[in-house]
Amino acid sequence: MPKSLTPRLMDLKNEIEGYARTFGLDFFEQVFEVLTTEELNMVAAYGGFPTRYPHWRWGMEYEQLSKSSEYGLSKIYELVINNDPCFAYLLEANAEVDQKLVMAHVYGHNDFFKNNFTFKYTNRKMVDEMANHATRIRRWIDKLGVEKVEEFIDVALSLENLIDQHAPHIKRNPDPKTAESQVNVRAEGFKVEKDYMRPYVNPADFLEKERKKLEDEKKQSKKFPERPQRDVLAFLLEHAPMEDWEREILNTVREEAYYFAPQAQTKIMNEGWASYWHSTIMTTRALRDHEILDYADHHAGTMAMQQGKLNPYKVGIELYRDIEDRWNKGRFGKEWDECDDLRARRSWDKKLGGGREKIFEVRKHYNDVTFIDEFLTPEFAIEQKLFTFNFNDKKNTWEIATREFRKVKDKLLQSLTNFGQPVIDVVDANFENKGELVLAHKHDGVDLDPGYAKETLKNLQSIWRRPVGIVTKAEGKSILMRHDGTTFAEKKVEL
Amino acid sequence: MGLRIDQDHTRFKAIVRGKIKQNLRKYVQQGEMLGKKGKEFISIPVPFIDVPRFKHGSRQGGVGQGEGNPGDQIGQGQPQPGDGNGKAGEGEGQHVLEVDVSLEELAQILSEELQLPNIENKGNDKIVTTRIKYTGINTVGPQSLRHFKRTFKEALKRQIATGTYNPDNPVIVPRRQDQRYRTYRLESLPQTNAVIIYMMDVSGSMGDEQKEIVRIESFWLDTWLRNQYKGLETRFIIHDAVAREVDRETFFHTRESGGTMISSAYKLCRDIIKADYPAASWNIYPFHFSDGDNWSADDTRACIDVLKTDILPDVNQFAYGQVESPYGSGQFIKDLREHLGDHDKVALSEVADKDAIYGSIKDFLGKGR
Repeated sequence: MPKSLTPRLMDLKNEIEGYARTFGLDFFEQVFEVLTTEELNMVAAYGGFPTRYPHWRWGMEYEQLSKSSEYGLSKIYELVINNDPCFAYLLEANAEVDQKLVMAHVYGHNDFFKNNFTFKYTNRKMVDEMANHATRIRRWIDKLGVEKVEEFIDVALSLENLIDQHAPHIKRNPDPKTAESQVNVRAEGFKVEKDYMRPYVNPADFLEKERKKLEDEKKQSKKFPERPQRDVLAFLLEHAPMEDWEREILNTVREEAYYFAPQAQTKIMNEGWASYWHSTIMTTRALRDHEILDYADHHAGTMAMQQGKLNPYKVGIELYRDIEDRWNKGRFGKEWDECDDLRARRSWDKKLGGGREKIFEVRKHYNDVTFIDEFLTPEFAIEQKLFTFNFNDKKNTWEIATREFRKVKDKLLQSLTNFGQPVIDVVDANFENKGELVLAHKHDGVDLDPGYAKETLKNLQSIWRRPVGIVTKAEGKSILMRHDGTTFAEKKVEL
Repeated sequence: MGLRIDQDHTRFKAIVRGKIKQNLRKYVQQGEMLGKKGKEFISIPVPFIDVPRFKHGSRQGGVGQGEGNPGDQIGQGQPQPGDGNGKAGEGEGQHVLEVDVSLEELAQILSEELQLPNIENKGNDKIVTTRIKYTGINTVGPQSLRHFKRTFKEALKRQIATGTYNPDNPVIVPRRQDQRYRTYRLESLPQTNAVIIYMMDVSGSMGDEQKEIVRIESFWLDTWLRNQYKGLETRFIIHDAVAREVDRETFFHTRESGGTMISSAYKLCRDIIKADYPAASWNIYPFHFSDGDNWSADDTRACIDVLKTDILPDVNQFAYGQVESPYGSGQFIKDLREHLGDHDKVALSEVADKDAIYGSIKDFLGKGR
């Protein structure tokens, strides 16, 4: 079971924490615990938490992690949770230099969790909350049996990604009261100061027209929901006929999905930031001479590039360094953008020195999408050897498609938007006046996987109880896939 | 040591093996991790359950990093469709080491279905022995477990880093902090005195397919029993009209032809038992496979006699598996059933085809004797 730090590790922690503070990192109280490999694999399987509700998928994660570490394919160096205080785990068998590296890395994450805007509304007492979720679901299992509860969790998980990643930051639906008063104003015509002016400002036929328009609009708004709703889970919680325990479980799954969402939205930024800091702290302060080889070895392992995958650690750290360098040298703004002279660009250095400050600002106000959109430059893409790849049907292999900057950037942004998940809204909960639920997929050039969609609809149907469908495109044609609980059907629709 | 996650882990494995939650069965997929053995890549199976979601169709491509020109093929690492749950800071480390995927895991699956033969404690005080399994490397430990290679490597690294290594005079002096030790775990294994005697009919009426079935079945019996017991002995007998003892290799690969005198095998089996395995101190399990076509009714009678008077009193269980054959009459199992069918030490099984092997193994070992 978790052990607290040995006196030696405690000294290291204090040392590293001191460096982090002098560099200006701003973090929650940091708690380290020491775990064995098995325990670390378990915690990692639980998504970083010491306990979760009982479900086979943690077992699945655990199987993969333990096999992979048993066979020496990969090893988890560190795990850190977005929580206040921030918890992180150290692997017992790690050498001292690794522990230092991990600690420095963790302070980077901790600072990021505390300051990046996407994490602003996450629950900072999530360790407790997860334990509560576990207790509540266990209670339902005791009451109803494991099969029944687990089956519903499986269904809920299959809909887990149908959330609105921006929901915590904005208000989607207008407050009903203000909406009402606006309607009143319109029905009575424009405001008039003097009564005798009324027939002139608001002639009878104009009022009549306005009223009719309103009536029509009202009819339209009978549509339910009034406007597309992205948070499908919230919609189900509010409107689907569920039992108490089902509602509680769906709510739990939704809450946890929202908790994890910012981490998926900032994977590159978060890992890049942590790597930037472990590298900075280690190489300028914490490393001792005899540790250099091991440090370099492990740092290189983390930064390794793989052809078919983008390593968020690598892209992140390089992009922060690039930004720092550009802002130090003043390589931004109108003058820089308009300079065509290659030689001038190469030797461009205004000695502004604002780079460090700039990246602190960036880590606060950006997520992966905006980070890439704003700071990915053609020079950077060339230097980092970025390319897009596609599947070649004829040769049955993956191959490099292009290194053209615009396309690389577009592809990268596309894969990051909405975590690379399809964008799906609830558009009609009373389809053809039969209480059927219809979702709409915003098609952005990539079709849904039809097999998965079919099974997911089936799960959705088991919650909605009435037939459900999704409007999407397949091979260029608009279709409606529909599941009524027993049979699946697909038909073309006109939109 | 038990972990909290063990319950979830067991449940996952049960789903993958199709023991519970049949409705999830269709989502089970066989994933793999690529390991490297020497210079070759080998695959480690990692089954996973893919919960259905709305997701993009596969093969949509992505962005990668590295050398190469447009049109060049790229290797492993297909794009993983984004997962809703990101895990915070999970560093992947080095990619080295060797991998062996063993039969152990398969044997373990069998053991969940089958009951252990109830091997009696004979002639040996201890039934459980412990085995040391080396599980890792640590910086502390007893001198006896020092890992020389790792220790010297650490020392070399340190000396290079601190500039005290001289290639012309390559003396490496490990210090305390360079020492590396193996760490181990004790695993207990039941130990016992048990012998399995496999007998196979290799006469002309046994076609290649029949022999194949026997080989597969005895291979699995052997794998599984070896996995369960340490110190297990095995003997192999093949017979047509005469029987002879052979080694394992020959047993699994031989092709012969001729008539069939089953009693010859039983007599040889009896002699082996008498000579080497006194019943007082050994658990004995004879397995016999044939197509059930014996030379004569007289010989069958001789078989039953040998079984009744000599073999059955000494053994824990006698198992006979009859492979279906287009040439054989299949009479032998009927005779055995008639004379010994209700003897509780006798396990009889008919194997129609390859698919029936699993059921047959269950027939043999399901009795828990």
